[in-house]
Amino acid sequence: MALLLEVQDLHIAYCSRAKKVSALDGISFDVRPGETLGVLGESGSGKSTLASALLRLLPGNAEIQYGAVLFEGLDLLRVESRALERIRGARIALIFQEPSLALHPTLRIGEQISDVLASHQALSRQALREKTLRILEEVFPVEPARIANSYPHQLSGGQQQRVLIAQAIACGPSLIVADEPTASLDPTTQKEVLSLFQALREKFNLSLILITHNPALLTGLADRVLVLYAGRIAEIGPTEEVLTFPQHPYTRALLECLPGRHDEQATGSKPMLPIISGEAPNLAALAGGCRFESRCEGRMELCIQREPAAVAVSEAHEVSCFKYGG
Amino acid sequence: MRYLLRRLMQAAFLLIGVSVLTFLFSTLAPGNYFEEMRLNPQISPETVAALRAQYQLERPLPLRYAQWVNSVVHGDMGYSFAYKSPVAPLLWVRARNTLLLTVIATVIAWVLALPLGIWSATTLGRLPDRALSWATAALLVIPDLVLALGLLILAVRGGWFPSGGMVSVGFESLSPVQQFRDVALHIALPILALVLSALPILVRHVRAAVAEVLQAGFLRAAASHGIPRRTLLFKYALRAAANPLISLFGFSVGALLSGSLIVEVVMSWPGLGPLLLDAILARDLYVVIGGVLCSTIFLVAGNFLADVLIYWADPRIRTRAATR
Amino acid sequence: MKRLLVVENLEKRYEDLGETGTQEVLALQGVSFSIERHSMLALVGESGSGKSTLALCVACLERPTSGSIQFNGHEITALDRKQLRAMRPKIQMVFQDPARSLNPRFCALEIVGEPLLVQGRLGKREREDRARMLLAQVGISQEKALQTTAEFSGGQRQRLAIARALALEPELLILDEALSALDCSVQAKIANLLLELQSSLGLTYLFITHDLTMAAHLADKIAVMEQGRIVEQGVAGKVLRTPDHEVTRRLIAATPRMAAAAYVPQAV
Repeated sequence: MALLLEVQDLHIAYCSRAKKVSALDGISFDVRPGETLGVLGESGSGKSTLASALLRLLPGNAEIQYGAVLFEGLDLLRVESRALERIRGARIALIFQEPSLALHPTLRIGEQISDVLASHQALSRQALREKTLRILEEVFPVEPARIANSYPHQLSGGQQQRVLIAQAIACGPSLIVADEPTASLDPTTQKEVLSLFQALREKFNLSLILITHNPALLTGLADRVLVLYAGRIAEIGPTEEVLTFPQHPYTRALLECLPGRHDEQATGSKPMLPIISGEAPNLAALAGGCRFESRCEGRMELCIQREPAAVAVSEAHEVSCFKYGG
Repeated sequence: MRYLLRRLMQAAFLLIGVSVLTFLFSTLAPGNYFEEMRLNPQISPETVAALRAQYQLERPLPLRYAQWVNSVVHGDMGYSFAYKSPVAPLLWVRARNTLLLTVIATVIAWVLALPLGIWSATTLGRLPDRALSWATAALLVIPDLVLALGLLILAVRGGWFPSGGMVSVGFESLSPVQQFRDVALHIALPILALVLSALPILVRHVRAAVAEVLQAGFLRAAASHGIPRRTLLFKYALRAAANPLISLFGFSVGALLSGSLIVEVVMSWPGLGPLLLDAILARDLYVVIGGVLCSTIFLVAGNFLADVLIYWADPRIRTRAATR
Repeated sequence: MKRLLVVENLEKRYEDLGETGTQEVLALQGVSFSIERHSMLALVGESGSGKSTLALCVACLERPTSGSIQFNGHEITALDRKQLRAMRPKIQMVFQDPARSLNPRFCALEIVGEPLLVQGRLGKREREDRARMLLAQVGISQEKALQTTAEFSGGQRQRLAIARALALEPELLILDEALSALDCSVQAKIANLLLELQSSLGLTYLFITHDLTMAAHLADKIAVMEQGRIVEQGVAGKVLRTPDHEVTRRLIAATPRMAAAAYVPQAV
């Protein structure tokens, strides 16, 4: 099966004054057509760097040290800017965190969507307007015209998020990368947005990369899950397998500390949640062994000496942990 | 709309307040025109006393203020003791000259500042930006006075430009084209002085406003949609950077009458500046008050213009955010 | 006094400026509930349901239009400035966004000491001692005491915010979406911290959230809000297992959760 996106051994670091802090260290994965890949990562795991890197939208102090991002035969990290501009928004779309910051404050919504269309398609003014309305209808079945005329600050968080989705699907991309699309939303709106993703995915046969720190969002939506920790892939495999039978100690610990998994019957004192002791490692001062070692309950001698390589525990499931070899 | 009306009311109050204060300070300042006259041995004390009575300077302050407001509203801004003529036409001519100078200078300054500031912001930290920073810093350090004097010396030494005034002798007998050329030559150096002194401030503000916007999330988001660089810069970035720049523009307009005083005095440009200066030194009460009032009207109008422009340009001020 | 906070018939109106002119918005209508000492009430609801407005009214940061709030038996809706100042230490608030609710120029010690400074009770040395003690209580190491918040992680910042809220020895702590901006693993730690502090300091909590799972885990009672009204309230377990109101049912259905018997803890 031809792969839609192939990330090969990506190494990205941020340079500040004299220091180089590694953000992504040897990330390799792929996305097949029509597949939804969930990227599970907390703050500092490198997930936002990954999202930005795919379209080469990293901030000025970021350095792509090594690796390739292959999309439809092109290496997005090395292709020239004109060609990249043609791909951005049209073939791959990115949905940023914080919708209120991702929309221009003083342009109307309709115009912000038309601009995306106009950048990739030569349409007359009339055609642009019509197409904008049609796209808005996909995400706002009720009153798309009113939304088109509004300004971002007049919309609620959920509505702003839908506008970002509309911008993403405008030119019919084959891959959408969504970075924490439901972060600041309440549960009902969250559910609506996720259902919207599902509906659009089926209607337009999209591939999706869904980045989040909340594992519960990925059940039912993602086909596979990639667990990111401190810039490396801890585990990757089919969603049910990874979330039901997590193999990596980090994944396990992370799932353990979610409330709602433990029997709430106990009256009297409430149970304390299991936690992952310690903090995420300081990426500026890595010791050289497994990055989860200091917080791992099953740590061994070997874990300090070098980083584990990925080992297949089943057909499509890989873990980077010495317990399984590597 | 209510917002604008409120601003208008504030502007009106400001004007009234300033007129009261100016009137107060001018009349309370030690010395008056007639004291100066008394020191002049050529004029008899009786004449001085008669003139004083004529101008009713003995009456209580609030009454004089009320009288003055009344006459201003009717277009009569008082009488200049020094020039022995009504103040209003005097002010008008001088104000016109000043406006000619400052409007052209402001336009040129902004037209230059915008591209320079944008260039600086887009090359932040690199050579063009650093070079411009040095240049603007150097210009900022040089006082207006020194700049004006320097250009004056250039004019005198070089001989290409006249060394002062607005028109040459025999202006009336020139043809319209020659008249235009004459004024143009006279106005060139004062304009240069004003532009050079305003440019560094404007460039820095434009640079700061654009640089901040270039960091914003929505710009990266727009870039991720493949929106071309040109559009990103000129449509997305500039529009968002507009707010602080519009306020600054309002200030520029406000300073049109008052910002050119030093240059006018040094280069003998017959504008409001030299008139005010002379009037203050001579204690010519009504000219001073009239001049200050004029400047204030411009300042207030300039700020109000900025308010209107921001209201029009920024939808967030026009409407409040939706209740969630 | 068993009930620390009693709210009756609270109403809050304010004017909203829209493009079509000003409208009057009814943020809270007929809100009544009570919180018993040493317990936690979770206030859940969607955005715009009025949860934050209610929190601000209870914290005396907003004045309700009508209704009564009784704290420790005393009416607190119409206090004058002096009375308010005396009352403030007893009700403290922790906000959602730790980055924006902490002054980025202050170091941790200064942030935690600020309420003490404002209330003007202790001397400089005593303030510092108490601040250090508070930092220890919330689990921030003493080395970090002099660092600015720029060097703190999200979870550490929230701990700092909690320490600051504890500075004046409050009886009621209002947490307005205090966990929502944190990563899952960090939420667990802060939740544990809240439980510890509740038992060691005898705190009472008003916990505002839209995360039903966390509310179910931490709270004794739950009140569900919609459009400025409380539509259902009761013991946490009961409300979530057998909801009465349609809004509650909708919220429960919308809460993302892992499949019921999904996770099986495994030894390697």
